[in-house]
Amino acid sequence: MPEPLLRTENLVKSFPVRKGFFAQKKLRLLAVDRVSLQINEGETLGMVGESGCGKTTLGLTIMRLYEPTSGAVYISGKNFANLSGSELTATRRQLQMIFQDPFASLDPRLTVDEIIREPMNIHGLYTPKERGEEVQRLLEITGLPADSAQRFPSEFSGGQQQRIGIARALALNPKILICDEPVSALDVSVQAQILNLLRELQSQYQLTYMFISHNIAVTAFMSQRIGVMYLGKLVEIGPSKTIVSKPLHPYTQALISAVPEPDPDIKRKRRSLTGDVPSPIDRPTGCPFHPRCPIARDNCKVEDPEQRELAPGHFVSCHYA
Amino acid sequence: MGRYILMRLAGLVGVLLAVSFITFMLMKAVPGGPFDMMAVNASQMIPEEVKQILNKKFGLDRPVMEQYIKFLGNAVKLDFGYSFYYTGRTIVQIFRDQWKYSIQLGLLTITYSIIVGMGLGLLAAIKQNTFWDHFGTGVSLFCLAMPSFVFAVLLQIIFSVKLGWLPTSGWGDSPSQWIMPVLANSLGPVLILQRFTRSSMADVMRSNYVRTARAKGMSERRVMLVHVFKNALTPIITVGGPMLAGLVTGSFFVESIFRIPGVGYFMVSGIANRDYPLIMATTLLWTALISITFLISDLLYAAVDPRVTYVKEK
Amino acid sequence: MTSTDNNKVAKIPKPKMSSSLEKIWSRFQRNKIAMVALGFIIFEVLMAVFAPFIAPYDPLYTDYAAAYQGPTKAHWLGADDLGRDVLSRIIYGARVSYAVGVLSQIFVVIIGLPIGAITGLVGGKLDYIIMRIIDILSSVPGLLLYILLMVALGAGLFNMLLAMSITGWIGIARLVRGQVLSIKQTDYVRAARAMGGNTKHIFFTHLIRNTSTPVIVSMALGVPGAMFAEAGLSFLGLGIAPPTASWGQMIGLYQGLLRTSPHLLIFPAVVLAVTMLAWTLLGDGVRDALDPNIRS
Repeated sequence: MPEPLLRTENLVKSFPVRKGFFAQKKLRLLAVDRVSLQINEGETLGMVGESGCGKTTLGLTIMRLYEPTSGAVYISGKNFANLSGSELTATRRQLQMIFQDPFASLDPRLTVDEIIREPMNIHGLYTPKERGEEVQRLLEITGLPADSAQRFPSEFSGGQQQRIGIARALALNPKILICDEPVSALDVSVQAQILNLLRELQSQYQLTYMFISHNIAVTAFMSQRIGVMYLGKLVEIGPSKTIVSKPLHPYTQALISAVPEPDPDIKRKRRSLTGDVPSPIDRPTGCPFHPRCPIARDNCKVEDPEQRELAPGHFVSCHYA
Repeated sequence: MGRYILMRLAGLVGVLLAVSFITFMLMKAVPGGPFDMMAVNASQMIPEEVKQILNKKFGLDRPVMEQYIKFLGNAVKLDFGYSFYYTGRTIVQIFRDQWKYSIQLGLLTITYSIIVGMGLGLLAAIKQNTFWDHFGTGVSLFCLAMPSFVFAVLLQIIFSVKLGWLPTSGWGDSPSQWIMPVLANSLGPVLILQRFTRSSMADVMRSNYVRTARAKGMSERRVMLVHVFKNALTPIITVGGPMLAGLVTGSFFVESIFRIPGVGYFMVSGIANRDYPLIMATTLLWTALISITFLISDLLYAAVDPRVTYVKEK
Repeated sequence: MTSTDNNKVAKIPKPKMSSSLEKIWSRFQRNKIAMVALGFIIFEVLMAVFAPFIAPYDPLYTDYAAAYQGPTKAHWLGADDLGRDVLSRIIYGARVSYAVGVLSQIFVVIIGLPIGAITGLVGGKLDYIIMRIIDILSSVPGLLLYILLMVALGAGLFNMLLAMSITGWIGIARLVRGQVLSIKQTDYVRAARAMGGNTKHIFFTHLIRNTSTPVIVSMALGVPGAMFAEAGLSFLGLGIAPPTASWGQMIGLYQGLLRTSPHLLIFPAVVLAVTMLAWTLLGDGVRDALDPNIRS
């Protein structure tokens, strides 16, 4: 079994928080709770969940834009979380990110040319003349007009800005691309274009994606496997088709049932959850889903379930799924 | 919130300590002591031996740190000693006697500034982009560019010298003495209040909850009274601190020019006369006053605006 | 608008919010008032630079016969109590005002910008200490601090610049620090880190360009403030010492002559006020030209 390109092992990220009249209590916000997953070369892993479930934080922690509180991140077998100095800088080339708000991810004072060149400048790649040619090449493969280079990000539409972000991410020839809700901020018609672009680029350059989104339909379209997160915990992970058609974890079942089905003849049972998502600061004990879970029993309050492989390649964190 | 107040008070004490230390050392760094400036008569300075006796009497020949500690010890008891220049009077006495003039000037200035500054600001906001709006902006620009002492002098020239309508200086004899000092002193506050009132009102008038009120059919007058004024004017508290700081420094000039015997006037003469105890005490007084004003305005603001809390979250 | 199966999207032009110099200049030009102010300032600068050639008299030259004279053919603006020509003193006074006004802002930025940037970037203990120092220094009313420093240092141009630098860096440092803190959180800085950019790279590539606008505006608006401080200090006798001419000093010296020779007061007062007004308008114009999205 070949080593997966990207693998996390019990990755944890928590933040300190202060509350109380005299600010005495020091609580911790557990954003990512011992997440272990893997992505094989060339595949796309989708991460879904509601707002605040930690999927974006997971992406940022894997990138070490937040420092992991504990746990490991293996890239081609090497623990990325342990690296420092020039080794860290060099390894960063393999792992790039696409951000949710296309405009915010581009420095408004730099031209498109400078934006795309920046990674090359940092790593000293190519001669300056070659860099200019590289910029043109990247503009072309992301579908941007050739004269974009001298313009500023504010002169482009949202979809084009995201293309600029993609071009920049590809400048270092990365192996892995973490896409953090790359189309959530775009109009629906533009979304389709960007998604198709991402798929084309993936097949052309053998890229590996982690695709983070709250939109399950889009994620299923893009990914071979899907992971589901709730309050920082990876509750289920498995092949896209199965996650969507036969989800095993009660939360995933509720989530899938909430996705609108266009065909009126197909009847589905709607599973609703009671209550709201609790605040991540006030996390429930045991299994974080137990207050809202339809099949919860007594020990769910106490014991946090481990991942169990209930079908080949399909893991679920539940005592009673 | 309680922790916040304690921390701010502790900070205040720290600031006073630091400021007193810096000021003290600065004063000591000046070559020449206070008695170099004093003369027996027009042609004779104080003889050296007399100077030495005076120095010893006031403890000026002791090591600097010792003098400082002694100063601190007395300061806590609010005993700032005797003025060097105004012999026979203690600093505290001077404050007590002269305080009222500064307060009178200050209160008159604030009242006038509120009426004029906020009035202009309100008008400018309600009638945006009309004559009143531009007039208000013009007034602000004038207040911004015209230094208060220049304005004071110009007023004196026009109204005192050329026209003879108003007395040149003095305070306490007749209200006509109030007009020019208040006008000159109010440049800063009027500027702050006018700009602030206008922008705050304009923001609120544009906001969605005001729109909703209008859409509900509320009369414009009620909209103004119930929603706009209250919300726009509450943040006024935040400008209290900077305004006071401006009034303090303004008072130096205005009191000197118009010979108003307030604390600012004495501070200026104290500087000219190297009257250390007076300088030290006045500096600490102003610093403490302004810091407390900032603290009070922060707390008031938190009390009035339910969105503001000082609980820290990382 | 576009066909969904074509990746090449037609460009939709957006209003240009550009930072290139020509565009800034053309925006500035549209502001008539600021242009007038700029013209006036250029005129004054030329006047200051060419003072020895323009001024009819040496500003230190005393002619007791002419003392206290109002405007005459010999002395266009009159003469002061020592018989010195007021017009010449005002012309030379421009040198003082501009030297102090402009140089103080340059020094203040040289000191304050790096401090603000570094403390914002690095954070932690350094940030805490610097912020405490800033808090302490800003608790004392500004002018008071100047006054104390000038009393300790003694009068003179150099001392004044020194005092202004010691107190003035705080404003810029705070401004830059605030900018840095907010820029640190942006996605584009995150992206730069993700690419492997270290702090030095982020500072030079992103920070400088994004903090320059507020700093420049602050400098432009700081000049009239510095001029005011110099005038105020000189007025109190703590700034520029006679016989060197300074507008504020002249106002202070001739205060007692209010009744007898008001012209000695009016001219420097008016010049000072108009100069400060011009700089304020210039500063507003610069701010609007650099970033038209900011409204006061």
